Amino acid sequence: MEIAFYVLAVSAILSALAVVFAKSPVYSVLWLILTFFTIAGQYVLLNAQFLAAVHVIVYAGAIMVLFLFVIMLLNLNIATEPVKPVYMRAYEIVGGCVLCLTMVAAIHTSSFEFTPVNAYDNSIGTIEKLGVTLYNNYIFIFEVSSLLFLAAMIGAVILAKKGDI
Amino acid sequence: MLPYIVFKLILVLVILGLTLLIATYSTYAERKIAAFMQDRLGPDRAGKFGLLQPIADAVKFFTKEDFIPAGADRVLFTLAPAIAMSTALMASVVIPFGNSLILNGMEFPLQVANLNIGVLYISGVVSIGVYGIMLGGWASNNKYSLLGSIRAASQMISYEIGMGIAMVAIIMMSGSMSLHDIVQQQAGPIWKWNIFVQPLGFIIFCTCAFAECNRTPFDLPECEQELVGGYHTEYSSMKLGLFLFAEYVNMFVSSALMSAMYFGGYNIPWIEHLNLPHNVETALGSAFFFIKIFFFIAFFMFIRWTIPRFRYDQLMHLGWRILMPLAIVNMLLTGIILLLIQ
Repeated sequence: MEIAFYVLAVSAILSALAVVFAKSPVYSVLWLILTFFTIAGQYVLLNAQFLAAVHVIVYAGAIMVLFLFVIMLLNLNIATEPVKPVYMRAYEIVGGCVLCLTMVAAIHTSSFEFTPVNAYDNSIGTIEKLGVTLYNNYIFIFEVSSLLFLAAMIGAVILAKKGDI
Repeated sequence: MLPYIVFKLILVLVILGLTLLIATYSTYAERKIAAFMQDRLGPDRAGKFGLLQPIADAVKFFTKEDFIPAGADRVLFTLAPAIAMSTALMASVVIPFGNSLILNGMEFPLQVANLNIGVLYISGVVSIGVYGIMLGGWASNNKYSLLGSIRAASQMISYEIGMGIAMVAIIMMSGSMSLHDIVQQQAGPIWKWNIFVQPLGFIIFCTCAFAECNRTPFDLPECEQELVGGYHTEYSSMKLGLFLFAEYVNMFVSSALMSAMYFGGYNIPWIEHLNLPHNVETALGSAFFFIKIFFFIAFFMFIRWTIPRFRYDQLMHLGWRILMPLAIVNMLLTGIILLLIQ
């Protein structure tokens, strides 16, 4: 199991780096899909099969397809990087360094001694457990977030039909 | 543990082989059925009744020149047919091809992986299936290919929704996402088959399966009058072969899913009254399952040569304004009835 974790972790990091370094946006999207798959693999290792499946369906199956659509229709397929002015590059370097500093500080101050809250349970992360938890402990949050989704859907329809309404 | 792993490996190889064999001979069956419906003879030169025709086709595909157009993205152009084929093959992992065999007192289920989330796994695989076609169309660097692939992708995304909601109704009925459990609950008399409790769900699922396989009447991605050959216009040789073959594998998998989810899978009605030995019952059940699959494959083909192609706006209208609301109504009705029965 540990080997599987390290293989997945290393490939997740490598493919995430490839997302940034790929010249063509289509390749970036494909590397990002690979990253999502490795993360889904980590979920499976943690016994969260439902989360893994939903992760693949939503991110790799829906959102990334949309990204590909946009890239293909905008014809962003020329493998050239836009030339940026010098002050933009300076901003980018400063921003990156600040983010890096924040992360290092966060890792530095946190402790890495974990004590599991519950004893290991074979059925944890299965869809039955998840359903019971969602509908008992978090029913209000669950319903509110589904209302939010509904609002977002209606918003999308109205945006798409701008001329007719 | 070791015999279990060996059995699983053999099972994987057998299922892979069977899938490919059935897909190969589906191409033959398709031509014969087309010939029958158009009052022709169909392939009859290679072997007796033309039975060697698929092999001749394969030889032809492999020996043709493998051409990559000048402006194409070589890596993705090569990768795309492989993605299409492998995603098509992946779904058969969770299909229960039979109950279980008992050898030396050990029980070996005839299913590669009885996933707790089998149905979700299927929708996951279906949703990744878009990439092969999309990348193939884009990498060809051809307008018609790109248009065809965009059509195919939007069609598949649209019909995934109806398909998913139709499957939710089945999950509500059986209370489990594992395909093995769904099939087991249809054991016994014939009216326990899900088709009798979910007829509307089946019609929705079946229509969506046709659209997901890009089969007529939903084969707009390769609409010759408008798009030359659609997403595989630029493809030749075995790369084209893989795209075409993936369609037949998809057809096999959807037929298997339809018979497992709605037509009792490997259950033969009333077989438990015969008191047959367990292994014999399993073997008969598997044979019955394959008969159902062949029936659905033939159904796919008869539809192809009967119904003309939709127009693209009609296709989108059907998917979003008819099938999706119907699927939601079906889900609501299932929920209400389940509540009333409790």
